[in-house]
Amino acid sequence: MRYFLWRLYRSFEGEVFDIPGRMIGFAGIILLLSAGLVISDPHLIKMLTFAAIFALFAASWDLLFFAGQLSLGHGAFFGAGAYTSAILSLKGGLPIAITIPLGAFTGVIMGVILAIPALRLRGPYLAIVTLAFPVILQGIVFIFPDLTGGELGLYGLTPISDSALVIYYFCLIVMLICVAVIWKLTDTGSRIIRSGIILYAIREDEISARDSGINTVKYKILAFGLSGFFGGIAGGLYAHTMVVVGPSTLSFLFSIYPLIWTIFGGAATIYGPVIGTFILYLLSSQLLAIVPEIRMAIFTAIIIVMILFMPEGISRWTRDKLEITCPRCKIINMRNHKVCRVCDAPLHLEKASSS
Amino acid sequence: MQVLIIGIVIGTVYAALALGFSLIWGAARIINLAYTSFYMLAAYFFYVFCSLLGLNILLAIPLSILITTFIGVATYKFCLERIRAHEFVVILVSIALAFFFEECVLSVFGYHYHRVPPLVHGYQELFGVRVLNQYFLAFGFCIALILGLWLFLSKSRTGIAIRATSQDKEVVNLMGISEKKVSLVAIFIGIGFVTISSVVVSPIYVVEPSMWMHPIIMILAIVVLGGLGSLKGSLIAAYILAFSEVAVVNWLPMGDFIKGAVSLLVMVIVLSLRPEGIFGVAFEEERL
Repeated sequence: MRYFLWRLYRSFEGEVFDIPGRMIGFAGIILLLSAGLVISDPHLIKMLTFAAIFALFAASWDLLFFAGQLSLGHGAFFGAGAYTSAILSLKGGLPIAITIPLGAFTGVIMGVILAIPALRLRGPYLAIVTLAFPVILQGIVFIFPDLTGGELGLYGLTPISDSALVIYYFCLIVMLICVAVIWKLTDTGSRIIRSGIILYAIREDEISARDSGINTVKYKILAFGLSGFFGGIAGGLYAHTMVVVGPSTLSFLFSIYPLIWTIFGGAATIYGPVIGTFILYLLSSQLLAIVPEIRMAIFTAIIIVMILFMPEGISRWTRDKLEITCPRCKIINMRNHKVCRVCDAPLHLEKASSS
Repeated sequence: MQVLIIGIVIGTVYAALALGFSLIWGAARIINLAYTSFYMLAAYFFYVFCSLLGLNILLAIPLSILITTFIGVATYKFCLERIRAHEFVVILVSIALAFFFEECVLSVFGYHYHRVPPLVHGYQELFGVRVLNQYFLAFGFCIALILGLWLFLSKSRTGIAIRATSQDKEVVNLMGISEKKVSLVAIFIGIGFVTISSVVVSPIYVVEPSMWMHPIIMILAIVVLGGLGSLKGSLIAAYILAFSEVAVVNWLPMGDFIKGAVSLLVMVIVLSLRPEGIFGVAFEEERL
């Protein structure tokens, strides 16, 4: 037992403590898990809950972006998941354990439907076609007001739990598990799960990927389906946390938000959107408390200025400042080290040659 | 009949907006989603000059057009130009800019709907339908804009340079044309387009802070439906979408809610059949 713990500690030392980026991520997860015990302010807990849900939503957007498919209509997945959960819960009286997975399943169906036109389109064409889907769904919602509540939406859903703390931990843990799964699915270095490297290849050059014998159609549908699945889970969680589902979940704004969070955090990294969502969502809710009238103006101004200085996203920018990859053995080192911690190769080659 | 006439007018307005947008898209290679927020800004400037300050209309129009165009070019120069290489970051920043303008206007004027005075009063009877004179004015202005752009692009040296830039950026640089300057000119013309059409169109609709959102979705749909870089395609697509929108509003119950849905459905169906748009050319992917 002690030996096992010691091995665990040693592997942590090599894989986490020596790499500042992972160290920050680890500290962040610990911080989020302990936040429920430290923070007593119910409003802040609620904000953190929503941030966790939206982080999952943004990560599902990033999964699609990782495969090179820019979606401007991600609200379709979110709204489909939210509405399915709400209708099943209200009209069918089903428990949450059934409604949220079924909402995710609707998300998958939406993803596959979206993939049909998306297979033939690319770039801006694809973005605009995806933009159409939430608007069309919104039209469907307005056409059947008996089922969907029309403009007012559906209200009075069963909440996940009566205690805000339980809701927070439920959403946070679901989010962490789902993001870990997405992260594993897009892990380009993995030898077992091949989807990461294949989706990466499709993003970089679809024609070459097809020529190398990859069934790009299958993998693109897979990417859309998975993205819809996780988007649907986020939608279901949102429906049962908010207790109200309105047509606003399908609005243009809801399709744009994951884009803002993800690109701010760092696109195609999976952890980037989570970081971006937590920073931006908490920032906007804090601004709401300080300067309610002009908060959006300040918020957008902050985003614009930050993006102008770090166009690759905040997580990539921080990593570039803190870490350096060893030129010989490709192991990540802290930037202030002079030689690689494994193979003793000099890290800052340009400097060495000039002196 | 009413559908036909109003469809033609709205289609022309959309066409003018979409042409300006595709000009920016083609020459400067940026998807500027803040484009229609200048439509909103120009309408508000016009409202301020006309209704609040009580300036003469003939003075208020050029003033609001000039100020808004200046703001638009300045945002390009200071925000968008330096991140042009990152395609998706441009989308993000332009959306953020659009929201920034919306919130600024919102905090100054509030959520109220405003009306701007029409430039011309009265209406005409046309085939038994009453049409406001303002519609005729908007139609005339937008037709003039489209014709002017067409002449400019096909005859003048700068216009030819813009078309060349939208075809091949690298070769344009090799031919001794400053691609940066051409982009700036294209941005200037594009934003000028949107502000001019805003001033003639805004009396028809109400002026409100979120009035930019519906047009930008329609413009994106039009530009893509017509095929990127094809002016003829944009024109035809503008009429298709405008007619479907007006028809839905007039003939279906609850048409106002689902007008966007139906016209976008038309776009999705057309694009599923022809992935490169009606008049677009399926060109090879650009490789770096």
